[in-house]
Amino acid sequence: MSLIETLARMEAAAAGAARPLTTVRHRHLSDRPLVCVPLTTAGEAGAPLGALVGTDRERPLLLTVAQPRDRDLRFAFLAELADAVLPYLDGFADTVGHEERKETDPESGKKVTVQAELCADAPQLIVPSTAGVAYMRLLGRSTRFRRTAEQDPEAPYPAPPHVPLLGRWLTHLGERARVPGSCLLLSMTELLTRHWATGQSALEDQHLGALLAWIDPPEGLSGRAAAERAESARGEDGMLHCPPAGPATDPAFDNALLAPAMARYDADVPGAAEELRELIGGQLRPTWDAVWRGYDLLRALPPGAHVVDRWKRDRWSYTAHRDRVRAGEPPQPKRDDAVTAARKLASRETAQAQLDAQEALDDPLVMAGRRLAGEAFAGEVTAVEESFSEGPRPMPRPLVTLRTADTPLLTDGARLHRPLPDGKAQSAVFVAYEDGAAGSLTVRLTGGMGRGKVPAPGSVPEPGETVCWTLFEHAPRGGPQLPEPEDTPWTHGGPPAAGPEGDAPDPMTPEDFL
Amino acid sequence: MNVFRDSRPAAAAAPSARPTPPPSLRQRLTELRGPGIRPRALDARALAALAANPGCRRRALLDGAGVDKGALAQALGSPAGHGQSRFALARGNSFEARVKADGGAELLRLLHARLPSGTPAPEEGEVAAPDLAAAGPEGRAARTALALREATAAGGWTLLDHPLLAVEVAGSPAYVEPDAVVVRPDGVWTVVEIKSFPMIDGAADAAKVGAAARQAAVYVHGLEGVAAQVTAHGERPARVGDRVLLVCPQDFSNLPTAAAVDIRKQLATTRRQLARLTRVDEIAAALPPDTTFDLHLADDGRTATRPADELAAAVETVDAAYAPECLAACELAFHCRGRSRERGAVETLGRGVRGELGSLRTLDEVLAAAAERTADAAAAPADAPGHGAGPEHPAAPERAPEAPGAAPDDTDPALAALRRAARLRAEALGTAGPPVPVPRTAPGAEDPVCR
Repeated sequence: MSLIETLARMEAAAAGAARPLTTVRHRHLSDRPLVCVPLTTAGEAGAPLGALVGTDRERPLLLTVAQPRDRDLRFAFLAELADAVLPYLDGFADTVGHEERKETDPESGKKVTVQAELCADAPQLIVPSTAGVAYMRLLGRSTRFRRTAEQDPEAPYPAPPHVPLLGRWLTHLGERARVPGSCLLLSMTELLTRHWATGQSALEDQHLGALLAWIDPPEGLSGRAAAERAESARGEDGMLHCPPAGPATDPAFDNALLAPAMARYDADVPGAAEELRELIGGQLRPTWDAVWRGYDLLRALPPGAHVVDRWKRDRWSYTAHRDRVRAGEPPQPKRDDAVTAARKLASRETAQAQLDAQEALDDPLVMAGRRLAGEAFAGEVTAVEESFSEGPRPMPRPLVTLRTADTPLLTDGARLHRPLPDGKAQSAVFVAYEDGAAGSLTVRLTGGMGRGKVPAPGSVPEPGETVCWTLFEHAPRGGPQLPEPEDTPWTHGGPPAAGPEGDAPDPMTPEDFL
Repeated sequence: MNVFRDSRPAAAAAPSARPTPPPSLRQRLTELRGPGIRPRALDARALAALAANPGCRRRALLDGAGVDKGALAQALGSPAGHGQSRFALARGNSFEARVKADGGAELLRLLHARLPSGTPAPEEGEVAAPDLAAAGPEGRAARTALALREATAAGGWTLLDHPLLAVEVAGSPAYVEPDAVVVRPDGVWTVVEIKSFPMIDGAADAAKVGAAARQAAVYVHGLEGVAAQVTAHGERPARVGDRVLLVCPQDFSNLPTAAAVDIRKQLATTRRQLARLTRVDEIAAALPPDTTFDLHLADDGRTATRPADELAAAVETVDAAYAPECLAACELAFHCRGRSRERGAVETLGRGVRGELGSLRTLDEVLAAAAERTADAAAAPADAPGHGAGPEHPAAPERAPEAPGAAPDDTDPALAALRRAARLRAEALGTAGPPVPVPRTAPGAEDPVCR
């Protein structure tokens, strides 16, 4: 946690309400997101207990499993979930635009420009917490290797149709969620903690109810009191007023209400299934409302300038997976091969660097954190001196002196970057600190001035103007190209085997082991 | 934060009697607990949590005295949210039973596969499984030590199911109970930890594995004491393996799979932290003489009749070292957090926060220190020249003239950074306009978050 965030948290603690960490919204929010609030059975890995799903906040679809140890009921739940989620995911597949993209021609090996389809919009799945994101990934893993009766008539205990497809989509969304700044699968707690600082620790911020209590305390209560109430206040029946946001349930609920109700269901007591449905729905509904509450709070923030760019990458990601599914490719392997893994890591690192740069450029409050860290500085221009590069064709290289109260970590010849009004970046190098005047330093502009002998108008700051230089690049690029998977060098295990063993479905046993 | 939820308590079966510390201390601890109250057993999970926060004298004393912290928290009015789901418990028990079925054949097969030692795998019926039943924890611990010695001397395979080990904690002994310990023919003892969280595609949740490793480190630490004795008195040397066997369900099934977990680091941490724990007798000696944590239970044995403020005063006599991590590990955490927040301690925001703040200890101090500079900045132009010569130069001479009336502690680098942070934050919020007002969808609703 940076000092500036610590300070924001302290302000929040003193004020009794959350304080902004950003001045704009740094994540794309769809107009029609699909919210999913899952619950799982304690102690079991792949046994969902229930979920609320839907795009309509007033009418969520409640799915429940009356007895998680019953394989048929679990499959029925997954089939219903697939029926609820897949139409939404597919709904974005057919509205496409065309984008130009450079591709390597397989025959000539040259880069050629091709027209590629790009979906106009993409789905967005919102879950309550980071544990919810992990649970989506887990559901994806548990279902994508299942075989349906259609795929394999011999398969014992065939899965209902669409369930393996749901698993592939959930896996894709879960993998995409690991890319910094991506917005196909989001957790509400992460969204809110990115934009607000509460007066509690980051650990306590994982509780969605407490987090919202700080950001939007109910009338007459301080954020702290409301958060403590959300965390631990229990009714006379011993149940939490604010059930956990899942997927884990409250143990007291399990022991006092759920287990007896399940026992009644097992004993075929009439009405037991409805009772369970009501119980599980009662645990889910407050979280459902909380997610939408957070959605409203975030929608009220104006989006950052680069949010659209990042969302476009998400649209590419969605389009690419749509194409893989349509091409009938097999489900994602259990383990990536060396090249795929390296590519994923490299793309995440690049995305992180881009996200950091873009957030700072979009938001003075984020930039303030970078300035505090010595990675950027802002100040007033005090002098501009004309100067030219040496060589046969001298180019303008003006010297700009500015005064700053910041303390950038500059070394001689450090490269600097500054956004120009047209969105491009201007480069410069650090020359020297000015003698005599504290906080005064000179930089030499090296680009962004056009090709002429005279700098393009507006590309050189005027004295009196306030400018902000960063030490980090504004559009950082990834590392060098990696070889194709089939060219994996022997140092990295060689090309992956033709039929990866990981694709085998999980063994199904006559005994239902859960 | 439900890291510990779905595994069964290690010492669930252990009777909650305690060993015998020196008479005077024992007497004192009984007084602290209250007359006629049986002390609670310390399990490895509690020990691991204690070792994770060795600076907490309150926890060391309460655990050392065997006070029921859950009941204490309840009586103080800040009950803990800890609890175990019956489903998780049932699943954990059934999984452990499955792993240990058939005399532990599957368990030994996994152990042999994951921790190869050069010795051939045990044949059926070749594994000794001594009976460890005895009266009281001392008896069981002695029986375990004897069984370990015999097994090592015999030089065969032995599976000890739920042995009991003694560990010295803050000067008083505690008993811990691993799921199993396997003695190999070469005299190596291996701790087996059976957990019910899944290992999916060969990988389990890192936080849960970490917790299991810390817990296993406590067992290894306990075993090492026994091993030293056996080696000193027996004819064959005994050694405790520094890799433990973690057994988990495979993927989404109930079939066991296992991985060897290297716990050398956790073991070193546990040893160091246990050594750092202030001795319970020293903490007890520093208390006012009539201090007690007795809840004055009513006849039903559950309702506390002692006033909460009196109890709170008793608890206050011994210092706590609260950090947000306590919330996942200590029953008293909500109480300590409330106190810590009332004091405005900076640690309530996270343990790491203090490192950046130098000598400032409370939120008020920090905010006051930050505000001083902001007031200065408001008086002077916001872009007043700072000192540009690189990063922090606490003693920069040119600084003095620009901050007239600055306190002498302005040379404190932490303070300077804090003030710069406050100035930058205020400036950024100022240029961006006031924070966007938060809309209310349901004005007057009792609490939009919860029912």
